[in-house]
Amino acid sequence: MAETKERLRRTMMFVPGNNPAMVKDAGIYGADSIMFDLEDAVSMNEKDAARDLVYEALQTQDYGNAELVVRINGADTPYYHNDILAMVKAGIEVIRLPKTETAAMIEQLEADVLAAEKRFGRPEGSTHLMAAIESAKGVLNSPEIAAASQRMIGIALSAEDYTTDMKTHRYPDGAELQFARNMVLHAARAAGIAAFDTVFSNMNDPEGFYRETEYIHQLGFDGKSLVNPRQIPMVNKVYQPTQAEIENAQNVMKAIEEAKIKGSGVISMNGQMVDRPVVMRAQRVMMLAQAAHLVDEEGN
Amino acid sequence: MEIKETAVAGTLESSDIQIMITKADQGISIELESDVAKQFGQQIKKVITDTLKQLDIDAAHVKAVDKGALDCVIKARTIAAAQRATKTVDTPAWEVL
Amino acid sequence: MKNSVNRQLPEEIMQQLGYQAFQSTEIGSPDIQRVAPKVHVSTGNDKLCTSLEEVVKKTVQDGMTISFHHHFRNGDFVFNQVMRIIIDAGIKNLTLAPSSLTGVMNDLVIEAIKAGTVTNITSSGMRGSLGDFVSHGGLKNPVIFRSHGDRARAIEHGDIKIDVAFLGVPNADRLGNANGMQGKAVFGSLGYALMDAQYADKVVLLTDNLVSYPNTPASIKQTQVDYVVQVDQVGDPEKIGSGATRFTKDPKELKIASLVNEVIVNSPYFKEGFSFQTGSGGAALAVTRYLRQAMLDHKIKASFTLGGITKPMIDLLDEGLVDKVMDVQDFDKGAAESMQKNAHQQEIDASWYADPDNKGAMVDQLDVAILSALEIDTKFNVNVMSGSDGVIRGAVGGHQDAATAKMTIICAPLVRGRIATVVPDVTTVVTPGDSIDVLVTEYGIAINPKREDLQQAFSKVRSLPVYTIEELQQLAAKKVGQAAPLEFTDQTVALVEYRDGTIIDQIKAVKD
Repeated sequence: MAETKERLRRTMMFVPGNNPAMVKDAGIYGADSIMFDLEDAVSMNEKDAARDLVYEALQTQDYGNAELVVRINGADTPYYHNDILAMVKAGIEVIRLPKTETAAMIEQLEADVLAAEKRFGRPEGSTHLMAAIESAKGVLNSPEIAAASQRMIGIALSAEDYTTDMKTHRYPDGAELQFARNMVLHAARAAGIAAFDTVFSNMNDPEGFYRETEYIHQLGFDGKSLVNPRQIPMVNKVYQPTQAEIENAQNVMKAIEEAKIKGSGVISMNGQMVDRPVVMRAQRVMMLAQAAHLVDEEGN
Repeated sequence: MEIKETAVAGTLESSDIQIMITKADQGISIELESDVAKQFGQQIKKVITDTLKQLDIDAAHVKAVDKGALDCVIKARTIAAAQRATKTVDTPAWEVL
Repeated sequence: MKNSVNRQLPEEIMQQLGYQAFQSTEIGSPDIQRVAPKVHVSTGNDKLCTSLEEVVKKTVQDGMTISFHHHFRNGDFVFNQVMRIIIDAGIKNLTLAPSSLTGVMNDLVIEAIKAGTVTNITSSGMRGSLGDFVSHGGLKNPVIFRSHGDRARAIEHGDIKIDVAFLGVPNADRLGNANGMQGKAVFGSLGYALMDAQYADKVVLLTDNLVSYPNTPASIKQTQVDYVVQVDQVGDPEKIGSGATRFTKDPKELKIASLVNEVIVNSPYFKEGFSFQTGSGGAALAVTRYLRQAMLDHKIKASFTLGGITKPMIDLLDEGLVDKVMDVQDFDKGAAESMQKNAHQQEIDASWYADPDNKGAMVDQLDVAILSALEIDTKFNVNVMSGSDGVIRGAVGGHQDAATAKMTIICAPLVRGRIATVVPDVTTVVTPGDSIDVLVTEYGIAINPKREDLQQAFSKVRSLPVYTIEELQQLAAKKVGQAAPLEFTDQTVALVEYRDGTIIDQIKAVKD
């Protein structure tokens, strides 16, 4: 796993790679991750132009604190190698591989990325990877895929292709995705990386969007892939901790501070020992609370 | 590098620029159409010229229809059009870009 | 000569026209004298005519000032009918003093200028081919741009002395009782035209819908009208309004609108009985939707909204979130059609709306104004008149007037295409920075340093990214690069009045 410090990944916003207006403005919506798409959002005869555009944008535009991701074209396409070369040279943080079905595909990607890093003098290992799981085979292999490389930071479920592969389609209640969601999520957690839920594309159904986001939040997903910037505040609202959760987390953080001052290795609160999962949950709550502007940088 | 065929990249959408490159005997000539030509005409031409020189193209005629593109977009579209015109799309000169 | 917003002004022209330089947004409490129109006494039985040509020839003479309203906007059939007759009659040296000029009038205005029919223009604004024509020196005498409130003031003062007003209405009776709410070409409030009806020496109504006497409700009254002319059609209903005003789906505009909403909700003005005005731009309109939710969430109602009205505003009225809609013009069919059904949608004239020389105008009571800008500079001066190429392509509208609000918010994207909106100096100062309190862009907000109270109030709001306006200007410059400076000739093609009648800026002819 590439991540040592946990990072918020509530929202991964898709940006069509060949659209200058959207590429230019991608930074203004407060997405935790911005994913420039060279794959499905770009027609066959514009693959080169989109690659050039994202390449130039990455080197000149300021996207603030967002994590920058590029979805490249698959290894079975003629665009794959040039996509990797351009994105590695531009210093992209994360390359997202579509339609990942096996750990070997990630291993191959890692080798290709390493070669590119060497060629362009980029620090080796600086380019992180993530996999999109879009088929039954990918779902079943997701534990191996998630653990296939030290560079992996996350896996994402892509429901459109997956449901087609499963001979079904998407339903409002999401029953058809139950297994895949849990499988992908477990694979991510076992490998210690992030899990991203699939997109919800009907912008005229905010209730449905909230219902789905609350559900995947409850399951434990880090966040969701998004097709429209308008969905960002909606996801953030769902991931915003309650006042009670924040107060509890603040108490835990206080207990940690006190233990540090005392030089004690044991953190205790109200006479009870605070164990590691409680500490970790508190830290995540504080991070979410800060991101939602509910507390300041000191946690107050 | 030599222009082998006329090629176009970019669209007429807002914030984009459409670059068409055709063969020329010598030198780089640019015909620019832009709503912001008064304020940015020189800069747009400079980006196109510099990019072509970077790609080692010293003879070409460029027709550019600008819709308010930023420099990075102008550069990207020039690169794409040049690669198409020189038939180097599959073997881009990453080292010079 | 420079005025207090550091603009170089044409001394000679100003002397000739008797103008003072802009000094301050403070109006003070002077005693002023209003003028009154001439009245040709009649019992009213001979007002009805079928020949527009006859009426025009009877009323209009060389050198006169004639006026029109722009409530039909781009669906106007009145202006071109009247101007055609005037040009063909060979009348010369007219001053054109409409409430504003819309695109559909451009061709005839240019033709009238070229024919020597029109030699002076005062208007709220101009766009398209006419703006281009004037910016290239097509009219010898400078155009005088006035806000809606300033036009009312100028008419009341006699600065604009209207000889003949040609006013199109969707209904009228034979004596001239008329309103804007019934008929085919309805546009709702007659707000701007009411000034002309009250102060012009001769008032000519044009209507395609003669109704039985007496016509009520009468916005324009028979006591003001000299002639009622029947024509085939006064306007194209499809082009009067924007149809149904739709909320923008543009994520950038929505982002700006949500930030504007946060500014309002976290300001000291967001309390029971507050009042607000929004412009008609995409982001400004979307604010209404966010504000609606905020009013529901905080259980707060507004006492009134003001200015140009749209259907979403009427929805707030119907929902009980707004007590009164004070309506000087309607931007869409929904707003226009609701006026006759809703007693709480009050038609107001331009003077009541915004005239500074008044016994109290509505804008003086306004808490929050949400306005747009083509440019805003680091002194918070706003330009809504000339484009980034220096060419006239806008209107003062009610900008200077509504900016009188206790908190004036400018909402605008930081850059449009490759053009920076936040600049070191605006091309033309229309509204002085002294009236502007907050700028909202998609990247964050800037607060006028003069408003320490707002600086303090918003610094506590963690979700509001607060910058200085210089920081936003530099961010914009970094994105678009360094623009070459615009080049102008020495010819002054327009003067922009502040609402008190002083000169806030001039516009020069562009050099091409």
